[in-house]
Amino acid sequence: MGKTLYTPSEKRAGRVIAVVLLAALYVLLFLLDNVLPQNSFTLMLIPVLKKGAIYSLICVSMNLLNGFTGLFSLGQAGFMLIGAYAYAIFSIPKAQHEAVYQYFHGGVIRFSIPEALQSVLGADLGAFLGAVICIIIAGLFAAGFAALIGIPVLRLKSDYLAIATLGFAEIIRAVFQWDGLGVVTNGSNLLRKYTSFSDIRVGSLRFTTVFPFLIATLCILLIVLLINSSYGRAFKAIRDDEIAAEAMGVNLFKHKMLSFVISSFFAGVGGALLAMYQTTIQAAAFKTAMTYEILLIVVIGGIGSISGSCIASFLFIACNEWWLRFLDSGSFLGVSVPFFRDGFRKVVFSVIIMVVVLFFSRGIMGDRELSFAGLIRRLKRKNTAAPAAADETGGDAS
Amino acid sequence: MKKLLALLLALCMVLALCACGSSSGDAAPAADDAAPAEDAAAPADEAAEAPADEAAGTIVIGVYEPLSGDNGAGGKQEVLGMQYANAMTPTVEVNGKVYNVELVISDNESSNDKAVSAATKLVAAGASVVLGSYGSGVSIAGSDTFAEAGIPVIGVTCTNPQVTAGNSHYFRICFLDPFQGTVQANYAHDELGAASVAYCLGQLGNDYDQGLINYFKQAAEALGLEVVTESFPEGNSDFTSYLTNAKNANAEVIFAPTSISYAQLIIEQAAAQGIDIPLTAPDTWDSNVILAAAEGTDLSISVSTFYAEGGDPAFEEGFKAWMNADATALANNGGNDTIAAVSVMGYDAYYVALEAIKNAGSIDPAAVMEALPGTTYTGVSGSIAFDETGDAIRDTAFIKSADTATGEWTFVAEQSVG
Amino acid sequence: MAGFFQANLPYILAGISVGGQYALIAIGYTMVYGILRLINFAHGDVFMVAGLVMVYATASLPMYISIPLVIAATVLLGFVIERVAYKPLRSAPRMSVMISAIGVSYLLQNCALYFTGGLAQIYPTIPGLSKSVTIGSATTKVVTLVTPILTIILVFALVLFIRKTKIGMAMRAVSKDFETSQLMGIRINAVISMTFVIGCFLAAIGSLLYFTNYPSVIPTSGAMPGLKAFVAAVFGGIGSIPGAVIGAFIIGIMENIIKGLGSGWTIFSDAFTFVLLIVVLLVKPTGIFGEKTTDKV
Repeated sequence: MGKTLYTPSEKRAGRVIAVVLLAALYVLLFLLDNVLPQNSFTLMLIPVLKKGAIYSLICVSMNLLNGFTGLFSLGQAGFMLIGAYAYAIFSIPKAQHEAVYQYFHGGVIRFSIPEALQSVLGADLGAFLGAVICIIIAGLFAAGFAALIGIPVLRLKSDYLAIATLGFAEIIRAVFQWDGLGVVTNGSNLLRKYTSFSDIRVGSLRFTTVFPFLIATLCILLIVLLINSSYGRAFKAIRDDEIAAEAMGVNLFKHKMLSFVISSFFAGVGGALLAMYQTTIQAAAFKTAMTYEILLIVVIGGIGSISGSCIASFLFIACNEWWLRFLDSGSFLGVSVPFFRDGFRKVVFSVIIMVVVLFFSRGIMGDRELSFAGLIRRLKRKNTAAPAAADETGGDAS
Repeated sequence: MKKLLALLLALCMVLALCACGSSSGDAAPAADDAAPAEDAAAPADEAAEAPADEAAGTIVIGVYEPLSGDNGAGGKQEVLGMQYANAMTPTVEVNGKVYNVELVISDNESSNDKAVSAATKLVAAGASVVLGSYGSGVSIAGSDTFAEAGIPVIGVTCTNPQVTAGNSHYFRICFLDPFQGTVQANYAHDELGAASVAYCLGQLGNDYDQGLINYFKQAAEALGLEVVTESFPEGNSDFTSYLTNAKNANAEVIFAPTSISYAQLIIEQAAAQGIDIPLTAPDTWDSNVILAAAEGTDLSISVSTFYAEGGDPAFEEGFKAWMNADATALANNGGNDTIAAVSVMGYDAYYVALEAIKNAGSIDPAAVMEALPGTTYTGVSGSIAFDETGDAIRDTAFIKSADTATGEWTFVAEQSVG
Repeated sequence: MAGFFQANLPYILAGISVGGQYALIAIGYTMVYGILRLINFAHGDVFMVAGLVMVYATASLPMYISIPLVIAATVLLGFVIERVAYKPLRSAPRMSVMISAIGVSYLLQNCALYFTGGLAQIYPTIPGLSKSVTIGSATTKVVTLVTPILTIILVFALVLFIRKTKIGMAMRAVSKDFETSQLMGIRINAVISMTFVIGCFLAAIGSLLYFTNYPSVIPTSGAMPGLKAFVAAVFGGIGSIPGAVIGAFIIGIMENIIKGLGSGWTIFSDAFTFVLLIVVLLVKPTGIFGEKTTDKV
């Protein structure tokens, strides 16, 4: 695929537009958290936006592995589980241990990072920093585990790698549910009462929606930078042809490992954010079905397209949890429809997915990116009525 | 590509429009569901029908229940009770004004990650009070959303102590796991004659199963029993090995607090293997599916539950007639009109909610929350009052056993913890 | 040895029976993979649908009509899925086809949820198969004994079919080299359809046996057996029919023996299956019977 080259002025303009739009988005989110009136529209919008942002990060992290490095891994749910648990375990307040670990005499880990920081830095800053530190710890745990299993597993190819990573995800789930580790993981029971989005505030100002967007944007930006670096080019070379890449002097194992570990780090971060969003977590939820769902979003968005993954995440979550809910309610626009009953929403949803997969098999974005530099060029061209048409490629996604 | 994007955007817009449309459309279902029922449920609603026309407004009661996923079957039965109650009493009088009561149902898919958006749907619908959910995990997961919106919730059959502990907005009308675990252990020891070994089997990763086993074990060990516990992974269908393990451990009783679909398999395989150890289980097994599986076998199966059939014949007659008149309701109950205890609990929960609204004298959630601790109500399942944590004050559970010849429950005993 | 066998007979019997049922599903996975290089995630759900069709068919029809009807319906379903969901994507990237398979799996599960309402459906008893028999120290159902025998007969028939018939030869050719066999005049679509038909036929038989043993059908009933069968196929070397069968029996027996090890271990019966798989893959990356592939530059 050829990369369209942009002039420095186009690039600069593109970047400015991206920053402006991003800033506008944050202002809007802030208003949504604090100022805008709560009606049935904004109330539903907020959780969908939060979850959409979290899923964007998770899908981009999977895309890094599957779309950019060509490593077919199905272990995402497992790494998310590690991240979610690591986050929760280190941020449950001391006073809550007895209640949360009700069957395990309060557990063994008896400290909470946000709480410790709060006692030094004050409630607001402490909660924020504590949450960020716990999120990083969550990512590190996931990355560490990935490094551990990467040594044997990355020797496998394509489908064998997929089934081995899927197997590891299932093993992780079984281990986290095991009573023997109950004093740490709480066995089969929920973890709760840890720092969640609603604890992120400054005085009376709430940042519940801004926070997940902030972390997700930051992480996605890091991934974009990685992909556009020399490492990213090596990843793509491995994806396109392993043998050729090796012949060109790319260290296959090192780069595969790097991609695997980094992807897992961000999956762990995503898991931690998901834990914050849900306010409770349980290992039972992190099934293979969750990995399939993420893979589905990645492919619908376009394998190898970061902006595609983000767009698809928001659409997927909104359709699944918001827009299609009316199909379950037995009536449409006040008219009672007999086959609109429980479960019909999911049937319609899966039909939509099939239609997208069959008729747009390369996904929403293919392997291209949403680019403002490309948009500017197109607009300019329209003004000067230039005949040739080229696809918009490259540039920075947001 | 451009065409595609345009197409997608158009699709999104259409869907968004639908979503807006649906918020008004949502209002209809409860009324629609009630419509066929009104023909069947003869006595009560003639009186209620008249003032409904000149209602001062509508009050929304949110129903936060799983209609799909692992607990879909139980959740549907619980909703049936609420729908029937709504059909019987579709209005409530607050400060001399009559309000129509509308049930807005939100499916939490038995899944913690869908809990937040499902709960938000009810907040967005303007619920004054919420009922649910079947399953403690989703109840806890949705709890914070309701707390933030200041909406009180009445748990119907979520039995985990953590649901209400430390919350001022969550109430519940059923008994708790520690109570039920102890009741089961006492019953196994006193009535089933278990003197040395009990075998517990639960699903790995399911907090309901593991919690009850934990309390059962505590109580049973205090009674001098040795307790062997095992867990099976999710999606397991072969229980012969576990049953063999129970036999090899010389267990005198098998306590299996599993969900219904596993229960069915356990019963089937126990029958095929000729297991003669009595099986005992908590409220999840109180289902006509279990009766159907147990019919024609030689097993001894008993359950502890919230309600024993025959407790209120007038209610049962009305409920059965209502279900038989509505094909969807009948299908949601598993195809026959056996009354599940969870339906009874759903029915009572609806009336507790109405009682609280009346006491509050307002449809404001905050007022309802304030009125709830002092609300008492005598329902079909017994008298309901709340203690300081918001739990129902209940000290008895009903023990029933499956009559394998007729496929019906027979009442055994009322068991309480002294 | 004899003592061990005596003590573990119930577990081994359960294992052999489960293994036979996994084998019948695993063949479907392995044949499709051999030809299309596609992990057909929907296969487990086809198996579940076969169970549901049986439940609904026996509600109004006698058994001797229901069973052929179930087999015919399952085969038809497999054929339709291939034509609608996989054929249009023949030239698309492999990942898209796999996503299509995941999509079909979603669709089948959600349709099942819609039609059953999520309630467990009780599977009808097939006369003769559901009776209890006692062997040594173990009591089990007749179907447990029938399963391995039937599985082996069917596998032999299948191997003969692939070795001796013209379409079998075409299948082998297609699995060796997709493009070349097309150039040689093999009607590739017919071959692929045939593969799905055979896979679904065996899945239907598998579902009859499996649900007779475990008579409860829920929308996710196919997921676990499907995953296990897939693991078995990879274990034996994906693409190899004898490999899939042997892999399925090993996994079925192992998982039940682990359950018999006593409390504490049972939790890991599924996890252990995966550990075993990973170890095998590390020692022999293409499975026990897998062909070694070399990358061409």
